[in-house]
Amino acid sequence: MADISATKKQREPLIHVVKRDDMLSWQAWLIRGATVLIGLIIVGVLSMLVTQKGFFETYEIMYSGVFGKLFEGYTTMFWKYLQEIAILLCLALALTPAFKMKFWNCGAEGQALMGGLASIFCMIEFGEKLPYGVLIAVIAVTSILAGAIWGIIPAVFRALFNTNETLFTLMMNYIATQIIAYYVYIEGGGSNVINPVSAGNFPAVGKNDYFVNIVIVAVITILMFVYLKYSKQGYEISVVGESQNTAKYIGINVKKVIIRTMAISGALCGVTGMLLVAGKDHSINTNLVGGQGFTAILMSWLGQFNPFVMIVMTAIVVFLRIGVSKVADASLLNSSFSEIMVGIVILMLVGCEFFIHYSIKFRSKKKEVNA
Amino acid sequence: MKKFLAILLAVVFVVCTFAACGGNNSGEEEKKVDLKVGFIFLHDDQSTYDKNFMDAAKAACEAMNVEYAQKTQIPESRDCYDAAVELIEVDGCDIIFADSFGHESFLIEAAQKYPDVQFCHATGTQAHTAGLSNFHNAFASIYEGRYLAGVAAGLKLNEMIADGKITADKAKMGYVGAFTFAEVISGYTSFYLGAKSVCPSVTMDVKFTGSWYDEQLEKEAAQSLIAGGCVLISQHADSMGAPTACETVGVPNVSYNGSTISACPNTFIVSSRIDWTPYFKYMIQCVIDGKAIDTDWTGTIETGSVVLTDINTKAAAEGTAAKLEEVKGKLLDGSINVFDTANWTVKGEKLASYKADVDTDANFEADTEVIDNGVFYESKHRSAPYFDVRIDGITLLDEKY
Repeated sequence: MADISATKKQREPLIHVVKRDDMLSWQAWLIRGATVLIGLIIVGVLSMLVTQKGFFETYEIMYSGVFGKLFEGYTTMFWKYLQEIAILLCLALALTPAFKMKFWNCGAEGQALMGGLASIFCMIEFGEKLPYGVLIAVIAVTSILAGAIWGIIPAVFRALFNTNETLFTLMMNYIATQIIAYYVYIEGGGSNVINPVSAGNFPAVGKNDYFVNIVIVAVITILMFVYLKYSKQGYEISVVGESQNTAKYIGINVKKVIIRTMAISGALCGVTGMLLVAGKDHSINTNLVGGQGFTAILMSWLGQFNPFVMIVMTAIVVFLRIGVSKVADASLLNSSFSEIMVGIVILMLVGCEFFIHYSIKFRSKKKEVNA
Repeated sequence: MKKFLAILLAVVFVVCTFAACGGNNSGEEEKKVDLKVGFIFLHDDQSTYDKNFMDAAKAACEAMNVEYAQKTQIPESRDCYDAAVELIEVDGCDIIFADSFGHESFLIEAAQKYPDVQFCHATGTQAHTAGLSNFHNAFASIYEGRYLAGVAAGLKLNEMIADGKITADKAKMGYVGAFTFAEVISGYTSFYLGAKSVCPSVTMDVKFTGSWYDEQLEKEAAQSLIAGGCVLISQHADSMGAPTACETVGVPNVSYNGSTISACPNTFIVSSRIDWTPYFKYMIQCVIDGKAIDTDWTGTIETGSVVLTDINTKAAAEGTAAKLEEVKGKLLDGSINVFDTANWTVKGEKLASYKADVDTDANFEADTEVIDNGVFYESKHRSAPYFDVRIDGITLLDEKY
C-alpha cells in the first residue's frame, strides 16, 4: 500500500497523456494500417445495418464502384479512380510547402478555381487562333500564374502587415467563386452553363482521357519530395516553420520565403485547376473543385507532409468516397450516408496519429520511482 | 502487443457474427423484364427538384417491372460522362437518364461512345440539332400547369376584393424566381396570365434570387414582396423559403413542385408540378418494343405529365376546383391557348411576330418564328421553354442570371 498522505499531497490524475518518441516506424504503420482496416470494418457493419445488404456484399459494391469490371477489360473506372486520386493529391502537394512553413493556406479551392478560369479563358479566346502546342503552353503558363497570384496576395499581406492568413485565404475563395460565377454568366448566356470547349484539351493516350493528368501529378509528387527534402529552399521552409526568429538569426529572409512558398503553393493549385479544366471537364462552373481544397488540407497533414505517404492517404480516402457513395446509390440512400462514413474513417485516422505520438498512462497503484 | 491482438480478434469475431446474420435476404426476387435504367441526378432527395425525378423513377420502374440504378450528386461536369459510363459498364444499364440542364453536353459525349444505349435528358435543348439517334430531350408544358395555378390565384384575389380586404387596383401578386431566363420567365408569365384571365386588374412584381435553392434568399425575397404590397405569392425555386414566409404572415401562396400543405396549412392554395412518371414509362416501353424514342418529347396535361396537387379548401376561394376543371377542359380541347397574343401586350402593343432562340448556338441567336395565327406556341418547336418576352403588367424588381 502506498502512503496515503503522500498521494493526497501530490494527487496523480486518473489518466494522463505522455509524449512518446519510442515508437518505431513499422509499429506506427501497423497502427495506421489497423486503423484503416477497423475503419473499413466499421463502415461495412454500419452499411450492412442501414442497407440491409449482406456484409461482404457491401464490400463487393464498394469494389465495383471504384474498380468497375477491371478484370473484364473495362478500365474506365479504374482510370477515373486514379484521376480522382491525382486531383486530391495535387491539391495536398500544393498545400504542403505552405503548411510546413506553418502558413495555413485554406485557399486551395480559390487558387485552383483561378487556375481553371485561366485555362478556360485561353481555350475559348485563343482556341481557334493558336496552334495546339502553343495553346497548351499558354494555358499552362497562365493557369500557373493565376494560381500563384491568388496565393501571393495573402502572402504579401501576411509578410508585410502580419494579417491572419487563414481568414484571408478563405475569403479569397469566395472572391474566386464569384468571379467564376460572373464569367459563366458572360460566356454561358442565359443558360448558366458553358458547353465543353473542344480546343486546348489534353490529348487522350490510348483510349484514356486522364492519362496525362495522372502522369503530371506523378511527376509533381516526385519533384515535391525532392524539393522539400533535398533543396535549400525546402530547408528554409522547415526553418521558417519551426521558428521565424531562428530563421532571421541565421540570415534567412523570412518575408521572401513566405511569399515564394505561397507562390509555389498557389501555382500548384493553379495546375490542379488546369488539370480539371483542360484535362477533364473542358468547361467550368463554381463547383469545379467541389470542396476538395479542404479535404486536401487533411490529406497533407495525414501524409505528414511526405508526398509518398500522401499518395497512400488520398488513395484510401478516394476509395472510400467513391465506394461508399456507390453503396449509398445501390441502396437508394442519400449522400449524407457516404459523407458520414468517410467522416468516420478520416476521424479515426486523425485519432490514430494521436496514439502514435502520445501514450495514455493510467494512474498506477505503485508509485513510480523515476518519472 | 497482446492487448492489440486481443482487440483485433474481438473485432474479427464481431464482424463474423454480423456477416453470418446478414446476406441471406436475396433470392425471392420475381422475374423482371430484362432491361435496366440508369438515372443520373444532380443532387439527392434533399432537393425537391431531384426528389420529384427520383419518386417518378421509382414509380415508373416498379410499374414497368424493370430494374434501375442511380447515381446521385453528379455535378454538371465530366463526372456526368463518367457516371454514364459506370452505369453502362458496371451496372449494365440500357437506358441512361440525366436530370439537370448542364449534364447535356457530357451526356451527348457518352451517347456518341455508346450508340447501342439510349440516352434521355430532361430540360435540355440540343437533341433536335445533335443528329444522334440515341440521344433524346424531354420536358413538359408546365406553363399550362402554371396557368391553372394562376387561375386559382386569380380566384383568390377576386374573393379578397369581394370581401373588401383589398380594392381591385390593389390586386398585386408577388413572384420569387430563381434566374431571369426562359424557363422561369415562361413560368411566371403563364401564372400571371392565368390570374389575369379571371381577375383583369391584377399586376405582378417579380424578384430573383440567382439560385435554384437558397432558403434564406427565397424567404427574404417573399418578405420584401409582401412588404411591397403583394397580397399573394408564388415561386419558382426549390426551397420552402417563400411558402413558410407566407405562412408566418398569413399571405396566400401558390406553390411549385409539390404540396406544401403540411408546413403551410392556412396559406397553401394549390401547386403545379411535372410528373415524370409518364415519360419514364414511355421511354422504357419504347426500348422494350424496339421503337425509337421521340427526339424531343413534350409532356402535357393529356399525358399526365402536368399535374396539380389537391386544392387546399381552407385557403382557396370557393368554387376553385370547379373552375380549374373547366379551364383544364378548355386547355385540352384547344379553346384556350396560354400565350394567346390577344391577352397580353408588350409596351402597349400586341406582338405579331417573335423569333426565339430554339436551336442552341454559341451566340444565342434568335432563329425560329414562334408566333402563328396570333398565338405564341411554347414547347412546340422544342420541349424546353423558350418564352422570354417581358409583358405588360409584370414588373421585374431585379434581374439575376
